[in-house]
Amino acid sequence: MEKFRETLKETWHFYRRTLSLVVRGSKAYYAWCFFLLAIVFVGLLFYLKQHDLGLVETNMTDQVSWGLYIANFTYLVGMAAAAVLLVIPSYIYSFKPIKEIVVLGELFAASSIVMAILFVMVDLGRLDRFWHMIPFIGLMNFPKSLLAWDVLVLNGYLFLNLLIPIYLLIKFYYHKEPNWNFILPFILASVPWAVGIHTVTAFLYNGLAARPFWDASILAPRFLASALCSGPAIMIIIFQIIRRISDIKIEDRALFKIAELIAYAMFINLFLLSSEIYQVYYSNTSHIAPFKYLFQGLHGHNQLVPWIWAAMAMNLIAFFLFLVPGTRKRLTTLNTGCFLIIIGVWIEKGPGFVIPGFVPDPLGEIYVYVPNLLELMVSFGIWAAGLLVFTLLVKVAIPIETGKFSHVSYIERTFRREEEDQAWK
Amino acid sequence: MQNQNNKRYSRREFLRNLSLTALAGFSLSILSSCSKEEAEDFLQKHFREMTPEEKKHVIAKLEERYYRKYGKKFEISTKEALPNTLWGYGLELSRCIGCRRCVYACVKENNNSRYKPQLQWIRVLRLKRGNLINLENSEHYYDPPQVPEKGFIYLPVQCQHCEDPPCVKVCPVHATWKEPDGLVVVDYNWCIGCRYCMAACPYKGRVFNWAEPNIPTEELNTSVHYLGNRPRMKCAVDKCTFCIQRVRNGRYPACVEACPTGTRKFGNLLDPNSEIRYIIDRKRVFRLKEDLNTEPKFYYFFEA
Repeated sequence: MEKFRETLKETWHFYRRTLSLVVRGSKAYYAWCFFLLAIVFVGLLFYLKQHDLGLVETNMTDQVSWGLYIANFTYLVGMAAAAVLLVIPSYIYSFKPIKEIVVLGELFAASSIVMAILFVMVDLGRLDRFWHMIPFIGLMNFPKSLLAWDVLVLNGYLFLNLLIPIYLLIKFYYHKEPNWNFILPFILASVPWAVGIHTVTAFLYNGLAARPFWDASILAPRFLASALCSGPAIMIIIFQIIRRISDIKIEDRALFKIAELIAYAMFINLFLLSSEIYQVYYSNTSHIAPFKYLFQGLHGHNQLVPWIWAAMAMNLIAFFLFLVPGTRKRLTTLNTGCFLIIIGVWIEKGPGFVIPGFVPDPLGEIYVYVPNLLELMVSFGIWAAGLLVFTLLVKVAIPIETGKFSHVSYIERTFRREEEDQAWK
Repeated sequence: MQNQNNKRYSRREFLRNLSLTALAGFSLSILSSCSKEEAEDFLQKHFREMTPEEKKHVIAKLEERYYRKYGKKFEISTKEALPNTLWGYGLELSRCIGCRRCVYACVKENNNSRYKPQLQWIRVLRLKRGNLINLENSEHYYDPPQVPEKGFIYLPVQCQHCEDPPCVKVCPVHATWKEPDGLVVVDYNWCIGCRYCMAACPYKGRVFNWAEPNIPTEELNTSVHYLGNRPRMKCAVDKCTFCIQRVRNGRYPACVEACPTGTRKFGNLLDPNSEIRYIIDRKRVFRLKEDLNTEPKFYYFFEA
């Protein structure tokens, strides 16, 4: 009982200290947070309009019934899955420089999942009936519906990617060795689980005979390959920001290693994509129509064509930048490559993947979908919300990792305070 | 130091109290803005999990609500499938003149939303003679002064009521299912509006209420089925039910009745003497996208 109360007290202290850590920061920190909050707020206003009047406020129709929201969702699931790329070498092969930053990678994965789930939520027509999807409470169509699978694996992945870093951080906070027997199974599980979330998300599209564009068995591997490009690319950028604004040490060596892995992943991604394009164009069946809509334009409709070719060019340039050690190991070219990949992959597996699935529709109709202002603002709002979540998580994680924020410093301070109190008396 | 400590503590205390008050106020306002009726709607069970009493209660509530909204008395049926029945549809392509009377009769019969956008469950495609299977060559919005047009044939498409429906398979919450008489229906109150079924349907058999549906009061059809043509709500999916409200009472679907050329046929596939069986046995029938193995119960056919 006494021990329990002690634990409770400790938890309360920890909670209060983290809270005060989060609400206090430099001017730049406040500015950044309020900037994100402002975007979230604007996005929320637009979402409320959509919620009141219905999805008619978006540009989606019966022909193109999924749009920008689901495109972002697909991309972000990939971002989250990419955390494995850091987990595998760091925990399993004990590659030192990455090990120090893997907690940040996992927190990033958790933030990405939060964004992915938010994108599904805003896409739902009836958010009020969200509970119908909750296992045991609602009426889940498991195992038949892949969307039911997705709900389970995404939430499981979110749980893992919060549990692992938070557990490790708390142990660091108390200067204790983590109980590896407890946490290692979770770490090991997170690796296949990351593959799982993206595979399930690919299968979500994959099994639909109605949509030949998505009906390619190569889809899940392609998703994984492109995720292993975009996720680590955004993390290379974030790590550089973090090491500039905090004391956390992230070696260049770690960044270059990640970039090397991205080069391999990008090669596989481009290889799989070209295999698919070869098959579709050489066989030249009627299933070529969505590919034509994407790459060449179909019956005069070519909205996506400049986008996809820009994406192809970006991915290819980035591949060569990361392949050649000279450009990979220079920060300017490294960062250029990262930005090219982040945008290129977003186009390729976001709008460039979701929209052609619906064009032409199963009865051959071509409907030109371009997202409207509301969809853009809601999407920006969600991205800002995710970055805000990540910022707040990192605000606590970094001082713990650098040892500035720890139980010891707290004890020392209380001790000093008590001493001073004594002196006063 | 002591002083400063107190100050810091009180500020923390203040922040905590503030956030707790805000939380309490927020949840209170949600609870109070939520009437008993709304709470009941929110917690309404899946149709197939309701007891007969619960169904009765829901129907009474719905009838009262429709009366309040439209000033008309609705009859909402929950009539179950007839025994030994499997509904099948026949459509004689050589007769269709593309007049779209079926389309508008369907919209009216089924209380579909009328404006911006009008939800139509039947879509008539115009194909150049010489085409049939590759629908990419079809025209959906043909609008000539007179039909039929020389050089074209017409292919009406609606929900094909597949025996193995992909839409039912993908629904994450069992909001859509196949009834014992083969009709694929939706519990509009259970649908979460994810539109996965729309992505999965190879026939574009489903439409979405993107906005709050609108129906002119004078055009309301007050004889409705809970799983069919009752007035629906914003952001739920809906679809052709072969006029469940009619066929379970021994009537033809509205599109069959509206067709001026006798293109459309309907009957019980399990009854060897039905018209649909006569057609399958004696005419050249085919089904749309048979290669997808969805086993549609919608048979297109040609004379002899």
